[in-house]
Amino acid sequence: MSTNVWIIVAAAVVTYLTRIGGHLVLSRFDKLHPRVEAALNAVPAAVLISLLAPSLVVAGPAEIAALVVAGVVSLRFGPLTMFLTGAAVLIALRQIIG
Amino acid sequence: MTTEVLIGRSRGRDFLDGARVGLPVVVASMPFAVLFGALAVENGFTVFEATLMSALVFGGASQMVGLELFGKNIAPWLVVLAIFAVNFRHVLYSATIGRRLAHWPIAHQAVAYFLLTDPQFAETEWRAESGRPASFVWYLGMGATIYVPWVIESGLGAMFGKLIPDTHVLGIDFLLPIYFLGMVMSFRKRPFWLPIVLASGIASILAYKLIGSPWHVPVGAIVGVTLGAFLLPAGKKTPTT
Repeated sequence: MSTNVWIIVAAAVVTYLTRIGGHLVLSRFDKLHPRVEAALNAVPAAVLISLLAPSLVVAGPAEIAALVVAGVVSLRFGPLTMFLTGAAVLIALRQIIG
Repeated sequence: MTTEVLIGRSRGRDFLDGARVGLPVVVASMPFAVLFGALAVENGFTVFEATLMSALVFGGASQMVGLELFGKNIAPWLVVLAIFAVNFRHVLYSATIGRRLAHWPIAHQAVAYFLLTDPQFAETEWRAESGRPASFVWYLGMGATIYVPWVIESGLGAMFGKLIPDTHVLGIDFLLPIYFLGMVMSFRKRPFWLPIVLASGIASILAYKLIGSPWHVPVGAIVGVTLGAFLLPAGKKTPTT
């Protein structure tokens, strides 16, 4: 098997562990410590912004405009609308600015 | 009419109920499944590998992150670690939803945890709160409705993605940041969202410049999560104080 396939299988295993692990481990405790709960609550936003942040540094006007519009749209509409609007702004501005 | 027929009918209705809840998710995730397939091939995956990843991992953001790192000559264990980090939120879902599934047979629970995605978690919790505990058949109806198209669309994206002529003009290379921003925004009602996002974002950029990729991901994540643990929501003081 290729390296890619091994990485995919390992990724599948660790992903399944996160999906079943919370139940297996945390359900042993009657109540989560508030700090653990607060830390877990912070996980999704912290991880996702960390992935995205470096692209802000290299972004040009078209990319920044797309992110700003997408961010504003997301305050009012669902993720699909946000994504399509952001993509539309990006594509439109890249046709003009290049 | 026998009891078995009645049970059969109610199971069928449960499955369709679940499927109906899953449909909007299918529509919303379709562009990402196709995009994943197309990007996977662009990053050196075969069509088989792209489809396999969707079938085994079944987690959009983490699959995209894996791709992002695959193309960059990064050690395999780091790619797996990054995928683990992005999927770590499921630990909390799993702990929360465990109460709803605990009375199911073990094999049913094992399948259910495999299908545990963000919308699956939210809908199951909502259904349980509204007094109609989720049955396995309902859960499977929703999960399978999301899973099957996700795998097929990934394969189609992988097969036909290279037909997309100019990825820069079509914005393909910058769609992921927009997607991630949308996910970041969707958690904005969480306590201390803004300080956590700012701290993680700044830490990530600094790590990216000073240490290099992919360390911006764990560094940014650890800073934000630590801050989250430090800033307790009001009324949730530690018992000792």
